[in-house]
Amino acid sequence: MSPLVSVLVLGLFVALFGIALVIVSSLLGPRLIQSAMKKRPYECGLEGEIKDDTKIPIKYYLTAILFILFDIEIIFMYPWAVAYGDYISAGNGLYIFGAMAFFLVVFIFGLVWEIKTKALEWE
Amino acid sequence: MSLGQDAFEVSVNILKMVLIFLMMVQAVPVLVWVERRGSAFIQNRLGPNRVGPLGLTQLLADAVKFLFKEEFVPDKTNPWVFYLAPIMALIPGALAFGSIPLSAPIRIEEFQWLGSSWGPYNFAFQSFEIGIGIVFVLGISSLGAYSLLMAGWSSNSKYSLLGALRASAQMISYELALGLSLVGMLLIYNTFNFSEMILAQQGPLSFAFGGKTVVVPYLPNWGIFFQPLGAVIFFAAMFAETNRLPFDLPEAEAELVAGYHTEYGGLKMLMFYIGEYGHMMVACALMVTFYFGGYNLPFVEPRVVQELFVGWGFSSNGSSLSTAFLLHVVFLIKVLFLLWIFIWVRWSLPRFRYDQLMDLGWKTMLPWALGNTVLTAVAVLLLRSSWT
Repeated sequence: MSPLVSVLVLGLFVALFGIALVIVSSLLGPRLIQSAMKKRPYECGLEGEIKDDTKIPIKYYLTAILFILFDIEIIFMYPWAVAYGDYISAGNGLYIFGAMAFFLVVFIFGLVWEIKTKALEWE
Repeated sequence: MSLGQDAFEVSVNILKMVLIFLMMVQAVPVLVWVERRGSAFIQNRLGPNRVGPLGLTQLLADAVKFLFKEEFVPDKTNPWVFYLAPIMALIPGALAFGSIPLSAPIRIEEFQWLGSSWGPYNFAFQSFEIGIGIVFVLGISSLGAYSLLMAGWSSNSKYSLLGALRASAQMISYELALGLSLVGMLLIYNTFNFSEMILAQQGPLSFAFGGKTVVVPYLPNWGIFFQPLGAVIFFAAMFAETNRLPFDLPEAEAELVAGYHTEYGGLKMLMFYIGEYGHMMVACALMVTFYFGGYNLPFVEPRVVQELFVGWGFSSNGSSLSTAFLLHVVFLIKVLFLLWIFIWVRWSLPRFRYDQLMDLGWKTMLPWALGNTVLTAVAVLLLRSSWT
């Protein structure tokens, strides 16, 4: 068995706890009159303008794509960082440093390019 | 570690998981009380002080009030997603908190019970030991973004949707700085495992210097002395990850009513709160584990504490248990101090504008974290290599 069994057991317990809370609150709460007006989404006293197809700025999409690129690049550094000490004590410190230095140059180039092309400007 | 080899171990492990989770849940009302009293203290007013001594039972009254709130689902929602979102908010915090060691492991010697012999056992003082600690915690706590998006999308309210979008864009942006700030720390400890990191932070400050070991006897061997910049970036990014002021644009009440949980009430809103405060606790526990020596007392190793208890006439099991609980208190003190900093900052700093927030994440914290990584890599290379 692996620790994932424990993770699954705890996850299941927490999910059941959450479901129990939702059920308890729906059982204990009072049943009041549900009018069409009341069930409208919150708006500060005005007639709610409910749009099912709210337009979302494309910026969020761009940010998400850039995040995926950079996050994957950062994840590559994790195993490198863990192996770093072993390489140094084996006398290959410059090799592993140089390997990541090349990768970092690409990373920094990407970041600078992204800033230069104003991909991160919010108005 | 799996659940265990025999019935005793399995039941203790499951009990441990449940207790740690419940400890986390019951800490939330206490933190809400500390937050309200603390904000009152900072703003020179009284805060809740009517219900019980110092207003302490205010939280019980609040919980009862939450229980008896009317069930409300707004029009044109997707009820499955609407109900699933608060449940999803609970899970990441609980799982991440479960993988952090809260104290020294407990060793139980072999004993006779019900006619058969049991043990010896080694119980880790955490819900489960996972070898790739950091990667697991980062992965699991990223799942928190899903509950926000589900809540915002299914509420069919523009405030919720805008809040959820802002929250998710902010969380993913600061996750970069967060992930990168930890690389410097990994370069020093060379492990993903929390327990090994904590072991590496015992005793006085010591580091390799060209083949020799330098010891600074008046400082503890904590990560913060090796990674001050990384620690600051990590802590700041954690504020953004937990959507706390000054990064609370997702729930900016002047603009968005309450953000992604505008349409939620009663226990469902409380579950979002448990998720948020759970995330805060995870952030502080991680901070303590990475940079403040975990459960270690400064300069004193757990073994020394245990020998002290043995010297006072405790049995082997008793001294192990007492050490674990004493060190757990040490851990809690450190975590509570950092949680107080969370609350302190919330009531001291104003909120950012959205473009400032994104600029800070991408153009300031990410390059600084990158610089910290390069600097640490060079320093480790120079100091640990034997110059011959």
